[in-house]
Amino acid sequence: MLAEQDAFEAERSARMVKAVYVYEAPLRLWHWINALAITVLAITGYFIGQPLPSVPGEASAQFLMGYIRFAHFAAAYIFAIGFIGRIYWAIVGNHHARQIFILPVWSARWWSEVFYELRWYLFLVKEPKKYVGHNPLAQLMMFLFFTIGAVYMICTGFALYGEGLGEGSWASQMFGWVISAVGGNSLQVHAWHRLGMWVTVSFVLVHVYAAIREDIMSRQSLISTMISGWRMFKD
Amino acid sequence: MTDTFYEVLRRQGITRRSFLKFCSLTATSLGLGSAFAPKIAHALETKPRTPVIWLHGLECTCCSESFIRSAHPLTKDVVLSMLSLDYDDTLMAAAGHQAEAILDEVRAKYKGNYILAVEGNPPLNEDGMFCIQSGRPFIEKLKETAADCKAIISWGSCASWGCVQAAKPNPTRATPVHKVIFDKPIIKVPGCPPIAEVMTAVVTYMLTFDRLPELDRQGRPKMFYGQRIHDKCYRRPHFDAGQFVEQWDDDQARMGYCLYKMGCKGPTTYNACSTVRWNEGVSFPIQSGHGCIGCSEDGFWDKGSFYDRVTDIQQFGVEANADKVGGTAAGVVGASIAAHAAVTALARARQKTGIDTPKGED
Repeated sequence: MLAEQDAFEAERSARMVKAVYVYEAPLRLWHWINALAITVLAITGYFIGQPLPSVPGEASAQFLMGYIRFAHFAAAYIFAIGFIGRIYWAIVGNHHARQIFILPVWSARWWSEVFYELRWYLFLVKEPKKYVGHNPLAQLMMFLFFTIGAVYMICTGFALYGEGLGEGSWASQMFGWVISAVGGNSLQVHAWHRLGMWVTVSFVLVHVYAAIREDIMSRQSLISTMISGWRMFKD
Repeated sequence: MTDTFYEVLRRQGITRRSFLKFCSLTATSLGLGSAFAPKIAHALETKPRTPVIWLHGLECTCCSESFIRSAHPLTKDVVLSMLSLDYDDTLMAAAGHQAEAILDEVRAKYKGNYILAVEGNPPLNEDGMFCIQSGRPFIEKLKETAADCKAIISWGSCASWGCVQAAKPNPTRATPVHKVIFDKPIIKVPGCPPIAEVMTAVVTYMLTFDRLPELDRQGRPKMFYGQRIHDKCYRRPHFDAGQFVEQWDDDQARMGYCLYKMGCKGPTTYNACSTVRWNEGVSFPIQSGHGCIGCSEDGFWDKGSFYDRVTDIQQFGVEANADKVGGTAAGVVGASIAAHAAVTALARARQKTGIDTPKGED
């Protein structure tokens, strides 16, 4: 959304309240479930590739790797089903719910605001603009690293999962093409899926930092908004 | 016309009684009803044996070496009784012009009815000069023979994927069969070499049922390449338990723990080693204490070390795996964030950016 429109919206609301309801309950719930799923996925995923030191004792008495993989697969289902639910909410929810799926790349103004935000992060401008939803730079990052990233991780992940379920399973039928697309050796898919994990970790670092920083530095609330749904404006 | 199976069996001294017993047994072991026994008998009595031409391109003959060691069925039974192996320049008695004459004869006589088995692959660089047979490039012989065949069996990783001679930088441009022949059904039987029993079983299946076995997405017979080594590995319980060999000579290695951390490619390799095993079921690499190297997978020779679990990603041009590349990226991002936060704090302390808190309000 454009800053002016948002400013208008904010101003109109400001006449009555100094806050705007942005994120509806299902979206907020999804955000935190999703955050938890990603955390579990990254940690268990790391240990699937580089397992923990061996556990002693009878093999029949242990199931460590099995539990780690189970947690990974369970979290993956939650992540993927949540993502589908999130797409559904983008359709039926308010217009802020659509932001991470559709970029107004045709709008020159939007691009100029992306660069304005970039300058704000480079300490070149003194005052940020007000946004009810995501700022354009955040929206761009969210689209590139979360939306595209999620699709990438779901496709590569379920392609690998389909190998375990076996030929002819739903995952193999739906996502098996990914393995063929990278040349047929799933070792490649493992490597690329793992690289996707690191990209996600980098994104989470930036996302959390930006949220905290903006909560302090910008003219509106950030973290509490994802909890209560209300965007508060400070001035 | 070539003899039928029945005629060959009778000639080898097998009684009709034994032959019919064999048919009943076959029907039972295939899970078919007793009504199928006469049908099998009828097929074996009337069907002429299918001629097979076996060509050798750029290869090491390990597929042939494996094939002649088949125990179930014995290769002699396959070669002498089941199929009519009319041309195989490594195994045949004829040589020179006589040998080449057989090739022409089979092509003319059984046009569209013979099976072409290819071991190795054609190199395409320098007009195919890197593999010359009977005075001309192998690629020409392959294309001519393939033109009149019913189906092609790509023996081994060479014919299926390219194998070691196609490894980077592939100076001879060794090319797998399915990338030069497009108009024939191709069955890939990869492996370096494939398991002997898998080879004879694929041939037996095709001759018995007169059709191709069911193939997976990449053209391999599902019955042998439908599952990964990992799925049927006898060390799998150690994997699920989280018990791994950490060093080649440690206690875990002696206790037969999972070789995952030693770079075993079982989880990404489709083959029957963990079920059929090798040398009449004696053993297979993992049972002998070494991880699977994934020899039946496409590009196994170019996918990083055999001894790493998280293997190098070739696309970066340097020797780096996902953890090195991704971990470094995440580290750089983290450091940048810390620096950015520090600058932000400084700037804010000096009131350079950020929002001035309204004074005197509220």
